[in-house]
Amino acid sequence: MGAGHAHALYVHGHTAIHRLPPETKVASALAFIVAVAITPREAIWAFGLYAMMLITVARIARVDGRFVAARLVTILPFVLFAFLIPFIGGGERVEIMGVAVSRSGVWAMWNIVAKATLGATSSILLAASTEVPEILRGMQRLRVPTLITAVATFMIRYLELTAEEFTRMRTAMVARGYNPRWLGDNRPLASSAGTLFIRSYERGERVHAAMLARGFTGEMPDLSGERASRGQWLAAASIPGIALFIAALAWWTR
Amino acid sequence: MTTPVIEVSGLSYTYPDGRRALDGIDLAVGAGERVALLGPNGAGKTTLALHINGILEAEAGSVRVADLLLGDETMAEIRRRVGLVFQDANDQLFMPTVAQDVAFGPANLGFNGAALEQRVQVALGAVEAEELADRAPHHLSGGERRRIAIATVLAMEPDVLVLDEPAAGFDPVGRAELIATLSKLDITQVVITHDLGLARSLCPRSVIMDGGRIVADGSTAVLLGDRGLLSRHRLEVPAPTRRSN
Repeated sequence: MGAGHAHALYVHGHTAIHRLPPETKVASALAFIVAVAITPREAIWAFGLYAMMLITVARIARVDGRFVAARLVTILPFVLFAFLIPFIGGGERVEIMGVAVSRSGVWAMWNIVAKATLGATSSILLAASTEVPEILRGMQRLRVPTLITAVATFMIRYLELTAEEFTRMRTAMVARGYNPRWLGDNRPLASSAGTLFIRSYERGERVHAAMLARGFTGEMPDLSGERASRGQWLAAASIPGIALFIAALAWWTR
Repeated sequence: MTTPVIEVSGLSYTYPDGRRALDGIDLAVGAGERVALLGPNGAGKTTLALHINGILEAEAGSVRVADLLLGDETMAEIRRRVGLVFQDANDQLFMPTVAQDVAFGPANLGFNGAALEQRVQVALGAVEAEELADRAPHHLSGGERRRIAIATVLAMEPDVLVLDEPAAGFDPVGRAELIATLSKLDITQVVITHDLGLARSLCPRSVIMDGGRIVADGSTAVLLGDRGLLSRHRLEVPAPTRRSN
């Protein structure tokens, strides 16, 4: 598919994971994240098992560890806050490497960091093995309301175009001597965002006209194609299935 | 002339801001004809095209397509019969992949399964773009995008193709390829353009519009030979005055 021009989150490949129908992968990733989220934070072994499962999936999909690590950076801003909790948290104090920290704060930090990392990794693996149009198609087949999938579809389709337009406007400003150094110098840039909004709105009208011209009646046609087989569903369900079993076991042995 | 596919009579339209865009347009296009619609910027060419497809509603006058009078009941059928290819292909290609975009029109007509697949294949074949089926529209070149935009409309099997500035912004080779693609299509075509070369190589007949009116209608060769007419309607730079020294 889409030779040469794939999305930055996608890793081109023909592995068993890539071939699975998108709806099974979307459902599986979602269920896996739920399993991770409901696991009690004290069951450190369970999180270890989850991590091993994700590593196995990444191996099968031939997704490089560094690729995943580089994209995990996006969760850093959220996780950074979690690192403060042990210091500002109250209650019983424990000493770790000579620093007194809150015991419940350490658990809270671990809970956030572990779950966020596992959740983000499973999303990264989904995106790495499924192209964006396929993910949308999967959502459509999972009966996500077409209004939502249509909005997402248009957003993805026109986001790059709008970004390009913004870059062109900025270039035009720079070409006429605009050189922002301070926050206050950003006014022209901010007002150009308004222009961009108007332009996008007008484009929306033109796209709508183009849709009407091709017989659009207010409802997006279902172009999602063939459904996944039972075997494919079973294969995809195995991952969240095991994860949910681990989560249940973690609660049981608590 | 053969039986007209498009018959516009007394069509007038004023934009909401009060600008008169069309002022009593009479035009008939016969089956199988290729007509160039020429005129300067703001002449009303695109506005006319939007009326033929029922996207804009006429203030006065009427539009007939294949003997159907444009109205609320005939709108859907007329939109199927008139394929409008927009000026900016980015406005026309809104689905995640080329194949889904080409399928959008026929799917709205109720096609699905193998019949839908068949329509998509035939339409992509007509513009020689089968290999682009799974690509995302925003990753295509300008020329490829234009060809796909034409395919999205062909998939509805229209009677008439109305193209708005099909070759604007193209390099010479892209423009030649587009002309070749269009001249191979066995369908009535109305080509809006101010590219006189394109009109000459594609359309035996030309219609010149200016200020919301039709000011000339005839053989392309004859009209393009009339320099006075062309320069009066900003279609050609007037011949330079001879220097005295």
